Amino acid sequence: MEFLLYFGDVFTPVNFALLLVGTIGGLILGATPGLSPTMAVALLIPFTFQLEPTQGLILLGAAYTSTVAGGAVSAILLKIPGAPANIATTLDGHTMAQNGQGTRALQLSFLSSAVGGIFGVMLLIFLTPVLAKWALAFGPSHLFWLAILGVTVIGTLDSKSVVKGLLSGCIGLWLATIGFDDIMGAQRFIFHDALGGGINIIAALIGLFAIPQVISMFAKGRQGDDAEVLQVQKHSVFAAIRELLRFPRAMGIGMTTGSIIGLIPGVGGQIAGLVAYDQTKKFSPEREEFGKGHPEGVIAAEAANNAMVGPSLVPLLTLSIPGSPTAAVLLGGLLIHGIFPGSDLFDNHPDVAWTFINSMLIGQVLMCLFGLYVAGLAARVAQVPQSLMAAIVLGLAVFGSYSVQSSMGDVYVMAALGIMMYFLERFGFSAAPLVLGLILGPIAEANFIQGSMIANATDGMVPYFLTGTLNLFLIAVVLASVAYSVWMEVRNRRYVSKEEIMV
Amino acid sequence: MSDLNLPRVQHVVASGCVLAVGAWVTYLSYTQQPAEAFLFPRLIATVFVVLAAWTFAKAIMGWTKVGAGVSPIAFMSMVPGVVVMLVYVFWAAKTLGFYTATAASFFILFSLYDPAPHNALKSWMKRVFATVCFTLVMYGLFALLLKVFTPREALF
Repeated sequence: MEFLLYFGDVFTPVNFALLLVGTIGGLILGATPGLSPTMAVALLIPFTFQLEPTQGLILLGAAYTSTVAGGAVSAILLKIPGAPANIATTLDGHTMAQNGQGTRALQLSFLSSAVGGIFGVMLLIFLTPVLAKWALAFGPSHLFWLAILGVTVIGTLDSKSVVKGLLSGCIGLWLATIGFDDIMGAQRFIFHDALGGGINIIAALIGLFAIPQVISMFAKGRQGDDAEVLQVQKHSVFAAIRELLRFPRAMGIGMTTGSIIGLIPGVGGQIAGLVAYDQTKKFSPEREEFGKGHPEGVIAAEAANNAMVGPSLVPLLTLSIPGSPTAAVLLGGLLIHGIFPGSDLFDNHPDVAWTFINSMLIGQVLMCLFGLYVAGLAARVAQVPQSLMAAIVLGLAVFGSYSVQSSMGDVYVMAALGIMMYFLERFGFSAAPLVLGLILGPIAEANFIQGSMIANATDGMVPYFLTGTLNLFLIAVVLASVAYSVWMEVRNRRYVSKEEIMV
Repeated sequence: MSDLNLPRVQHVVASGCVLAVGAWVTYLSYTQQPAEAFLFPRLIATVFVVLAAWTFAKAIMGWTKVGAGVSPIAFMSMVPGVVVMLVYVFWAAKTLGFYTATAASFFILFSLYDPAPHNALKSWMKRVFATVCFTLVMYGLFALLLKVFTPREALF
């Protein structure tokens, strides 16, 4: 119950103000098509440099939570999921709005998001310290395999092609080696002055997530926005709460599915929402009503995608393995403040860790309260022309990457990586494993070098890295994730894409 | 070349580029000194080049399943925007100053891709207004609030 000791810290004026800003801003950003939660958090990181680590994390955590929930606004009112996590919400939410039940759908969406989100954060609170203590047992070889596991799992599960996912991870790991070698001081792959200090993670994150979106908007040309905003009518919040209580099965399936999927590194909210929707439909006696505006569809999808948020941070805060691309960006936010996840975080910075986690709990409540009031405004923001959005995001990306170290080199790297990522994505490569490779690369290399030194002084490389229960377990998980993804690819099973749902 | 063959050709070119980078990384990893500094890169490069070769072979054989490539229409639409972006990032930001370059690129990009008619005065007023507002917000956020000193060659 250590987290209760730091509950008051969330309510200091600055912390609470940042929580409010992150929540309201995140709701609006989440509702804006083209601004994914990952990209929103990446663009926010430069604004946290001047803040204390706790304050920065509160802002980023609030934005993460509320962008996922805010995406439901445009999913329901415009049939455009604000984020991939809201794809399943569109299926019944938009139909409800078409039937004149937009407010009801929004209320159910925010209420179930809050309940699911609180459940997910409670899991984060109770699981994280236990796993963080367990992480102390990890030596260099285990940490090396753990870093490889992070890249492999996201590379295989987050990508449509296993080989391209793994290749993206390799590209990220290679990019992480650019610059001066820490031990020998040797130059590695420095083919331009801008790369002398290596690739800055924040500039890379901004480029990899923001610039492909900007170019995608360019690629659409001078298209008008023909999405119609459906008007919202009055509906009692208490009626929505009563209705939520009438569907405990949808709520339970959503929370359970979201939490389990959130704990698996690499499996994002999109899958959580769709699996919860699918399972709720299977167990519902009114399954034929799904897709025609059934409230259970909205409840299950939104409970799942917000229940996923807390558990997706468990592997991040304990083992440095982000559970989702947005968690990977949060890891970047932690590292720039000199905070390393794991037992160090809970032993040496318990105020930072617990205030951050508690703020996510309070953030869920604020998100629900403000969500209903901001929904109308957010739907209007969602109609901002793509041309305007592209110009705004490009400007923010340039300023954000420059402000990291006041270096033009970072801006060049951001733009070059972003353009490269746009084309790679068009050919089936994925940004998430590349980012994971870039973030986990230094951790993998440092532990590989340390491990090699220990191995050379003891039994040799093979016994050190390839034997021992924990090593074998981690290698088995790496192989299992690859095998599972290959099997899924062979079966050609994949989930609905954001583009498909908008047709 | 017909449109039917375009994605396959594009996949061959794209995976060929990735393979070339992989081969270059592998070559450097195994030839540069001191060898100890390249121990980890060698490990990565070996996996990198094997996977890249596999992807290239699949593209050559036409077995690539994912990735729609870039259609000629999308390519033609994106080129002006990408050119403005490149000029902004690699030349204008440092030469003209961040805020001047940002205002100029914002206005050009918004005007290029805005679906509103180009022959209506109201549209141009809207674009100028949005540009001024955005530049002021960026100045307020980065220069006044975050105290980031950016290159200021022209105007401010």
